[in-house]
Amino acid sequence: MKPASAAPARRAFKPDWPARAGWLLLVAYVVYAVLRLDFSVDRFVTGLGHGARFLERMMPPRIAQPDSLLTGLLESLEIAVLASFAGILLSLPIGLLAARNLMPAWASWPARAVIAAARSFHPVIVAIIFVKAVGFGALAGICALVVASIGFTAKLFAEAIEEISLKQVEAVRATGASFLNVLSFGVLPQVFGRFIGFATYQLDSNLRNSTMVGIVGAGGIGGTLFSAFQRFDYDFVAAILLCIIAMIMVGEILATWVRRVFVERGRVDEE
Amino acid sequence: MSEHAQGQAALSVRGLVKEYVRGKKVLDGLSLDFDGQGLTAVIGPSGTGKSTLLRCINRLVEPTAGQILFGGRDIVPLSGRELRQVRRRIGMVFQEYNLVERLSVMENLLCGRLGYVSALRAWLRRFAPADIERAFQLLDQVGLAEQVHQRADALSGGQRQRVGIARALMQAPQLLLADEPTSSLDPRTSVEIMELMRTLGREHGIPVIVNMHDVDLARRFADRIVGLAGGARVFDGPPAELDEAMLSRIYGGASWMQ
Repeated sequence: MKPASAAPARRAFKPDWPARAGWLLLVAYVVYAVLRLDFSVDRFVTGLGHGARFLERMMPPRIAQPDSLLTGLLESLEIAVLASFAGILLSLPIGLLAARNLMPAWASWPARAVIAAARSFHPVIVAIIFVKAVGFGALAGICALVVASIGFTAKLFAEAIEEISLKQVEAVRATGASFLNVLSFGVLPQVFGRFIGFATYQLDSNLRNSTMVGIVGAGGIGGTLFSAFQRFDYDFVAAILLCIIAMIMVGEILATWVRRVFVERGRVDEE
Repeated sequence: MSEHAQGQAALSVRGLVKEYVRGKKVLDGLSLDFDGQGLTAVIGPSGTGKSTLLRCINRLVEPTAGQILFGGRDIVPLSGRELRQVRRRIGMVFQEYNLVERLSVMENLLCGRLGYVSALRAWLRRFAPADIERAFQLLDQVGLAEQVHQRADALSGGQRQRVGIARALMQAPQLLLADEPTSSLDPRTSVEIMELMRTLGREHGIPVIVNMHDVDLARRFADRIVGLAGGARVFDGPPAELDEAMLSRIYGGASWMQ
């Protein structure tokens, strides 16, 4: 195009055909999937009408069974806190073992397999399995969320450890420090802030999930919510949902506070 | 501080060979003796094995062959606890300081005592009062008494390297290694750091081995200069004997010297 260049133009950027093919495939699949699922604007508009009626029946929210609401919420909170505590505690060694920069392959591969297994199912599916195994109730919910916590937190822990500066570790090793001392002075200071962050996100996420495992009988407010749905007590459903929102928000505030105490103001900060 | 009476060579490297890739010798049968005192500068082009030499001495890198006699004992076959006990007697200063960035200056200094402290006590920061006292003394010596509570990442390059030196000396080492300690510093700070290493090496009565790029700095501060090229020793003597012909032999060619 440029008149100045008579010689064959030199290319500054190589065309990336595999990437182009990838994008094209993605677009093609999206179009195919939309056609196949028979979406239409009509169906969506009718759906909006149903939704409006449903919302109408939710108003005003009514606390039909204060007792079951309260016990459900408290149980959800217990499930979330206990599962987070145990899950994060277990994630520390598993995440460390999975870190390929500090651990030999014979240790990191099994640890990675455990994490992958824990990640592969949604907490609700895991909860169904635990309900079968240990029976209805909070224990099944706790077990399910411990598994979920390991799948998420241990993976993030491992990734955080894999990103540390090995120069700092080398210097601590050079002093003749034992492996545990290398961990506590060379590794932990580099990842502590992020660990706190991941742990609070996990607590947050467990709080959400703990309201859901009850649907399959694994304890918590989910059970109350599900039965209210089935009885068409939509005003009670609304009340439960509002309470869940309140609980999640309180959790979020707590998590922010924890992060501030440990991460921003403490000696080990992040971001 | 701690004096170590030493008769024969404090450190003796014999026939040291290191191959990172099979068949490619970075160090090719290097032999060197170091007395119990004095600052030795190791010079040579990049990639000639200066860092590898130092890292073989404290076994951060595994030698392929050869012996390293430290205090009369070959430390190459050692592993586990025995290796750690040797390492804690060898201080090391790094080019990029390698401080634990998010720990305070005091905690970085106390890293130098980690070879002596149990995991629980280290975790709880229960170091011996004598260690803390020693840390404060060293901070005075390197001129960082004010910064004791600051985090390492808040310090300037020169300050960090001072912490690095103090950390190494916290070990009460019998040997101080420094891997291009001034390559990341400005010229003035480089001189100050070399000055500090020479002074502290003398005060503590220990040999100091420094890898360097800066030949002038090496001439100015070293008692002895070792020139490496191609993984072998091509020069070994006092700075006065290091002439231009020798430099061109170490670094190859002469055009860069004009």
